[in-house]
Amino acid sequence: MGSLVDIKNVRADFPVLDQQVNGSQLIYFDNAATTQKPKSVMDALAHYYQFDNANIHRGLHTLAERATTAYELTRAKVRDFIHAPSSDQIIFTSGTTAGINLVAQTFGRSTFKAGDKILISNLEHHSNIVPWQMIAKETGAIIEVIPVDDIGVLDLVAFEKQLDDKVKLVAVNHVSNAIGTINPIATIISLAHAKGAKVLIDGAQSVAHIEIDVQALDMDFFVFSAHKLFGPTGVGILYGKRELLDQMPPYQGGGEMIKEVSFSGTTYNELPYKFEAGTPNIADVIAFGAAIDYVKSHGAEELMKQEQALLAYASDKLTAIPGLRIVGTAPEKIAVISFVVEGIHPQDLGVLLDKFGVAIRTGHHCAQPLMQRYGLVGTCRVSFAFYNTLEEIDRFIVALERSLRMLG
Amino acid sequence: MAQSINEIQDELIAEFDLFEDWADKYEYLIDLGKKLPAMSETLKTEENVIKGCQSRVWLHAEREGEVVNFHADSEAVIVKGLISMLIRVLSAHSAAEILAADLYFIDRIGMSQHLAQTRSNGLLAMVKQMKNYALAFSAQQ
Repeated sequence: MGSLVDIKNVRADFPVLDQQVNGSQLIYFDNAATTQKPKSVMDALAHYYQFDNANIHRGLHTLAERATTAYELTRAKVRDFIHAPSSDQIIFTSGTTAGINLVAQTFGRSTFKAGDKILISNLEHHSNIVPWQMIAKETGAIIEVIPVDDIGVLDLVAFEKQLDDKVKLVAVNHVSNAIGTINPIATIISLAHAKGAKVLIDGAQSVAHIEIDVQALDMDFFVFSAHKLFGPTGVGILYGKRELLDQMPPYQGGGEMIKEVSFSGTTYNELPYKFEAGTPNIADVIAFGAAIDYVKSHGAEELMKQEQALLAYASDKLTAIPGLRIVGTAPEKIAVISFVVEGIHPQDLGVLLDKFGVAIRTGHHCAQPLMQRYGLVGTCRVSFAFYNTLEEIDRFIVALERSLRMLG
Repeated sequence: MAQSINEIQDELIAEFDLFEDWADKYEYLIDLGKKLPAMSETLKTEENVIKGCQSRVWLHAEREGEVVNFHADSEAVIVKGLISMLIRVLSAHSAAEILAADLYFIDRIGMSQHLAQTRSNGLLAMVKQMKNYALAFSAQQ
């Protein structure tokens, strides 16, 4: 079976894939939860602790300079990766969730007034719902939900009707984590801007699969996590337009984020440091730079083609299984497939597939409102990365059919 | 004289010892799940739901004289199989016996992974809730 990328070499870059789980070769199909890390990322992490470990930005000594340079180099790589105009608009956070909370607690708190509207969608992950509910409760703003149709596509006609001058922010994901829909964010952003609303795009599920250009799409805010882009956990990115970031008050107080402190008052540091209080996750940020290098060196477009081939192949194979229904069949999808089987609880399939060495995700995928929309308690979700193969899908299908026979 | 909790555990261990691979064990577990007597719908209340499971699990207990009897159900059949074994081991024993029980059979039959503290698994919560019922009943005595 043909592959678009040199799959054998690519897999060798990810040592975790080469292991037995419960007596079978591991098949890792839970990439939407977190991606595996190439060896270069682990090496960067080890190298930093072995040779360069120091606190950044303040020290004058050589190690501090090395650590600072490497840390800031990742910022520049991220700027380049998402085509941001300038590195100081790239703010390091601990993850997508932290980025959304930062925007809610600073932009939201200083902007929303009673009766203002925040538009989110029915496809959102809890982390793009709860932070808005919290700030809505405090400010008196109202949350409205963009509906989703039966196949998992957002209803843009309804969205246009919901957009009025009370809408201050539209917060939607680029890609649904639960069912894989790629949302038409270019249209969403231009419609929102026409009504004067700002837009936050949750890129957690898109950044590893779709080329991102924050300027071409005119995004106001873009947030994502390093660990879903083959980097370490505990690192996230918030990109924002300069005029918005400048206006926003700081989030947390502490070291790094100040210019001058006295007991009569404090002046805040400039971007991006205004939003980076305290010693950051230096080692993981530096290792994240190696993850971006890895993706760039393999050509993001080639990797995406491989994933689309996996998606098409697996969708066909799954559809052929009696009683199995794919949840979310939008025409534009990343390589995520959610499915249910008549009369079978997703948890049972998850347990048995694990015994066959196949890692999938079961449950509500932190998107309970979407599960409620479809009247489901949960689904089974397989999500691919470019290091997955057609052969793995074949073996997964055999394990799935065997599991279904055991449960049937 | 009824069997002791440990006698029943040893019996279960002997039953599972007959199986050579995990698939046979799980087929047996699934079979146990399917055979678990249906729980009365009136007992499937929000109050009886055990929190922290990926599938919904209901557990109800009642005292009959000196002993505690359990009734349970789940949406997932493997969980039902696990429940079925817990009921077989613990039901019809006194609250004091249930509280003192060391459930070593779970590990011995190769099901200890279901005791892991992940959000997807409720076996640990189930055992805890069964002991909580026993504790509540023993406090009433």
